[in-house]
Amino acid sequence: MNNAQPTRTGGRWTAIIPIVVVALLVGAFAKRLIDVESGQDPALVQSVLLNTPVPDIDLPPLPDREPGLKTPDLKKEVSLVNVWGSWCIACLSEHPLLMDLAEQKQVPIHGIAWRDDPSASVRWLARNGDPYDLIGQDPVSEAAIAFGVTGAPETFVIDGDGIIRYKHIGPITPDVWANTIAPMVEQLRQ
Amino acid sequence: MKILGLATCILAGSVFALVAYAVEPDEMLDDPALEERARVISQDLRCVVCQNETIDESNATLAQDMRRLVRQRILAGDSNEDVLAYMVDRYGDFVLLRPRVTSQTLLLWFGPFILLVFGVIIAARYIKRPTAAETSNLSPEEMAEVEALIQKTEGADQK
Repeated sequence: MNNAQPTRTGGRWTAIIPIVVVALLVGAFAKRLIDVESGQDPALVQSVLLNTPVPDIDLPPLPDREPGLKTPDLKKEVSLVNVWGSWCIACLSEHPLLMDLAEQKQVPIHGIAWRDDPSASVRWLARNGDPYDLIGQDPVSEAAIAFGVTGAPETFVIDGDGIIRYKHIGPITPDVWANTIAPMVEQLRQ
Repeated sequence: MKILGLATCILAGSVFALVAYAVEPDEMLDDPALEERARVISQDLRCVVCQNETIDESNATLAQDMRRLVRQRILAGDSNEDVLAYMVDRYGDFVLLRPRVTSQTLLLWFGPFILLVFGVIIAARYIKRPTAAETSNLSPEEMAEVEALIQKTEGADQK
């Protein structure tokens, strides 16, 4: 009795391996869940085009809304480029905010009418208001792919030199505007 | 006979469905060799809308436009790598369905092998572990004592 010893010579330290592995996995899963909860969804594709010049585009205008949108237009001042379509439900939800921004002349907003029937785009703007400075049509995703767009709406913040500084995926909410985009626009203007 | 014909159609349809991809005839290149290259490239590119389909399989409009762009690049003289690089420049490594070996993907590529090595080591330890009899370190007196206890218990059981 008094010289009782562990009969296993395998060593006890191996027993904690499963616990450590499970703890690590739980930690990793928990981090992902928290990330997704707080909006850093890894399924949202981060743009590799950040801090690179806007791609070369030369998009035709909508009917009776000359001119279109081309790269030199984006190198004049800090501006937003909003990828949208009349078929895009989420675009409608951010539209009132864009209208407010345009009315208050906060920052020029250019539109890319992505994969949309031009007459449908025009009707949509007539019905919901037109906050855009310039609009270019992108019927076959030429500009969308060049900008690395994965869905609509997406909004790019372009600085005065035509460098892409930020990309927002999904509708711009008042919160996103006030806390992220507005301060960035302010900073880029200095 | 009508039923047989219908059954044949359904069967033929389901076989066709197995090999059908999203590529539509009007998208295809005239040169079969170039078209084949476009198909190969498309199967390595992720549909960024649907995310777990290749652009070759996806019916999403953006996938369709990406397929068209792949063919445009091929006609412009790009190699397969050039076309993939063109897409990576715009969408990042994410657009590749077969991740490249980079410092960020080392764990993804080699993690399973590391786990396998661990598993083999642990399994080997368990298999080689000596049985209780082999590790018995009781003194002769203690063995006698144990023996006596066993005898006693067995005797009690028989009563």
